[in-house]
Amino acid sequence: MYDVLIIGCGITGAAAAFMLSKYRLKVGILERENDVAQGATKANSAILHAGYDPEPGTLMAKLNVRGSGLARELCEKLDVPYRQCGSMVLAFSEQEEETLRTLLARGKLSGVPELRVISGDEARALEPGLSAEVTAALLAPTAAICSPWELCLALAETAVKNGAELFLETEVTGLTREAEGWRVSTNRGVYRSRFVVNAAGVFAGDIHDMVSSHSFAMRPSRGEYYLLDKCEGSRINYVLFQCPNENGKGVLAAPTVHGNLIVGPSADTVEGNNTANTAAGMAFVREKALKSVPSIDFRQSIRNFAGVRARTDRGDFIIEFPPDAPGFLDLAGICSPGLSAATAIGEYAVELLGGAGLPLAEKADFVCERHRIRFKELSASQKAELIEKEPAYGRVVCRCETVTEGEILACFRTPIPPRSVDGVKRRVNTGMGRCQGGFCGPRVVELLSRELGVSPGEILQDRADTRILLCRTKGGWEDV
Amino acid sequence: MYDLIVVGGGPAGLAAAWAAWDKGLKKILIVERDRELGGILNQCIHNGFGLHHFKEELTGPEYAGRFASMIRSTGVEVRLDTMVLEVTRDKQVRMVGKATGYREEQARTVVLAMGCRERTRGAIAIPGTRPAGIFTAGAAQRYVNMEGWLPGKRVVILGSGDIGLIMARRMTLEGAKVLACVEVMPYSGGLNRNIVQCLQDFDIPLYLSHTVTEIRGEKRVEQVVVSQVDESRRPIPGTEMVFDCDTLLLSVGLIPENELTRQAGIEMDPRTNGPKVYENMEVSVPGIFACGNVCHVHDLVDYVTSESLRAGEAAAAYVLSGDRAGKTLTVKNGPGVTYTVPQRIRREGVKKNCGIFFRVNRVCRDSEILVTSGETVIAKYSRSHLAPGEMEHIMLPAVLLNKADGEITLSIREAQA
Repeated sequence: MYDVLIIGCGITGAAAAFMLSKYRLKVGILERENDVAQGATKANSAILHAGYDPEPGTLMAKLNVRGSGLARELCEKLDVPYRQCGSMVLAFSEQEEETLRTLLARGKLSGVPELRVISGDEARALEPGLSAEVTAALLAPTAAICSPWELCLALAETAVKNGAELFLETEVTGLTREAEGWRVSTNRGVYRSRFVVNAAGVFAGDIHDMVSSHSFAMRPSRGEYYLLDKCEGSRINYVLFQCPNENGKGVLAAPTVHGNLIVGPSADTVEGNNTANTAAGMAFVREKALKSVPSIDFRQSIRNFAGVRARTDRGDFIIEFPPDAPGFLDLAGICSPGLSAATAIGEYAVELLGGAGLPLAEKADFVCERHRIRFKELSASQKAELIEKEPAYGRVVCRCETVTEGEILACFRTPIPPRSVDGVKRRVNTGMGRCQGGFCGPRVVELLSRELGVSPGEILQDRADTRILLCRTKGGWEDV
Repeated sequence: MYDLIVVGGGPAGLAAAWAAWDKGLKKILIVERDRELGGILNQCIHNGFGLHHFKEELTGPEYAGRFASMIRSTGVEVRLDTMVLEVTRDKQVRMVGKATGYREEQARTVVLAMGCRERTRGAIAIPGTRPAGIFTAGAAQRYVNMEGWLPGKRVVILGSGDIGLIMARRMTLEGAKVLACVEVMPYSGGLNRNIVQCLQDFDIPLYLSHTVTEIRGEKRVEQVVVSQVDESRRPIPGTEMVFDCDTLLLSVGLIPENELTRQAGIEMDPRTNGPKVYENMEVSVPGIFACGNVCHVHDLVDYVTSESLRAGEAAAAYVLSGDRAGKTLTVKNGPGVTYTVPQRIRREGVKKNCGIFFRVNRVCRDSEILVTSGETVIAKYSRSHLAPGEMEHIMLPAVLLNKADGEITLSIREAQA
């Protein structure tokens, strides 16, 4: 019998697990994919918003401001790439300047610090690449960028270190209320728990509908992106938004913590978890971004991707016990600013669970630290010393991102080791660079094969059933 | 202190080191990131290499093997499994290796010979899902020829670059069905001999002026949609063809790998994506040279060799006879010409002839290559056929260079139809 079972290990589920793992509780996380961070968590703008955008008084407003601060603290403690680079919302007309003033007022009400409106010229002085058409900007110095999947991974790993159990490739198929809590059926057997937390992202509606008729409707919205080479990464310094509209915060351009330039997202309503890129979506993103920064060189694109926002018809985050499902906590509708708010959502979830009778006795031995070696960032003498001690750090496997064999081997010794080539990528950045794994892919397959003790033919690109190699060649290899 | 450090032990680096040794340099180091010398040639197990340089037909590994044993017969030092992290303008080379650790080595000259990488899906923004089964042709070639694994059984190839064409044949011989080769341009990007020997001989259709407009499949590639494109390379609605396949290979261009070059602040040419070089393959920093695919993408390794021998000889001359100065001619691209290598010529550096490599920007028949300076035509060469996929070469006699003033321009004049 678990005290709490969390369904879904994206950023929301991981944050809830992390917060719960501070207490003397039996916590389990059920994740249907073969890794954490597999939904919107790995496919978003990677921004920790300052918090001026949501309507004051909403959960989004409250948890965004709290969450961004908390995320900063946790990124520091858990060794997650984070940079407070500030953001601007750009106005191109008198009408949009009015929007800036509205956002400024909202931000002040929500307690966003240091927010101010600056002129177009002031904005261009800070950000020389900005379009000459920009007439004013809302400057938010507290906005930051981070690695969203690494934050999720760090939270989940820390939860596991503190005793939470993560069950991958475990898909919830049914939920039934029993005398002492919930019976959770999965493709890998039955789990029982006093409380269930629904953090299933785009699938939160499906999980919710298993227990409650008091309903909300999912309105998934796809966002498409461009990721540009590092040679474009220094083109801008700030996260650059355009004025928000009914479709969300609009297309932004931002540096990433990995040194690239990210551009997106579009916003198209889709059926379910449709993360395909479209010609129209990509063209829309290009056109809008060039309005903010005309010099972006899209020939330097290295990757397109899309994520689906877990939007609902309710507008705000849905963080509540449905009246007809006691002990079942929805963390639903976690679309933007979901990444920013995630840690605060986790904290709030604990508060609600405590209020509903979950005993919260703090652990004396809670571990809240995590470190990983990033070879590329070491000084010359640190590099020399490290290779001396562990020669595997002297072999560069991913040449674009300068990732060593030592770093790859180390990620197999973490609490949540990778199961696929992309799993390695999310942990140590192999294949994230300009060649997109063309050179290091075969090497990573070889290392995975060795570490997992399976044939290269069994190695997955990413999710289950994504084998890379289909069969042996005709046999010439036998003589080699 | 090394006389020369060569970054990269592929065909370019090997030829440069060989020539420098031959011209009298004694302390030479080749740094190679892979586990053996030869670079990408090791996975190019097909024939067709060496026709110009060795006057015989070799496979890639054989060609590499010849140079590797030539190097082994010298006193050139080789560090394998070692990656160069940085080259400074004053020729300090910082590297890491499993066996040798972190090292900073000082050299009198450096040859950059890092080769190139393949353009990926991201560079061309193909719409659709992102399942397993999408490979660059070179990555697929590595899996098949070096690892002994077949990455696909029903294959569509986008792009008609040489590696894609070679892989069409290779995958077919391994039992895969190659359904189509799709090229967005109205002409192939590869060598004509490869179109004939790798596609036509195996009845693999080549769709010119077509591109992949959608990838389908959630986990593995299931289908790709191919559409015809108009003159501006925009897909034409209504022309879609759907191929049921499990694999898409991309052969959509190569990009010189110049991260070290840029890091050192060496002047680049946006048209080649390589450094600007003089006639002796010297870059904008004296004593640093570049050759092979890091400089511009070649079709034939034989040309890589001849260019790299020049770079190695020049490195030796730099060490033995000092810096080279003198008047510089700029080589400009006229109508019909995409780029030239070298981009600059020092007349004092040219002994008998100055070789110029270049590419044209369209298919031309019965044409003249004109070398002009100002209004004066200083040289003319006729060609019956020119194509962007085939690198061209002229040898400009030194005496003609004396007629030039400040700059020369290469252009193509096509005969009137």
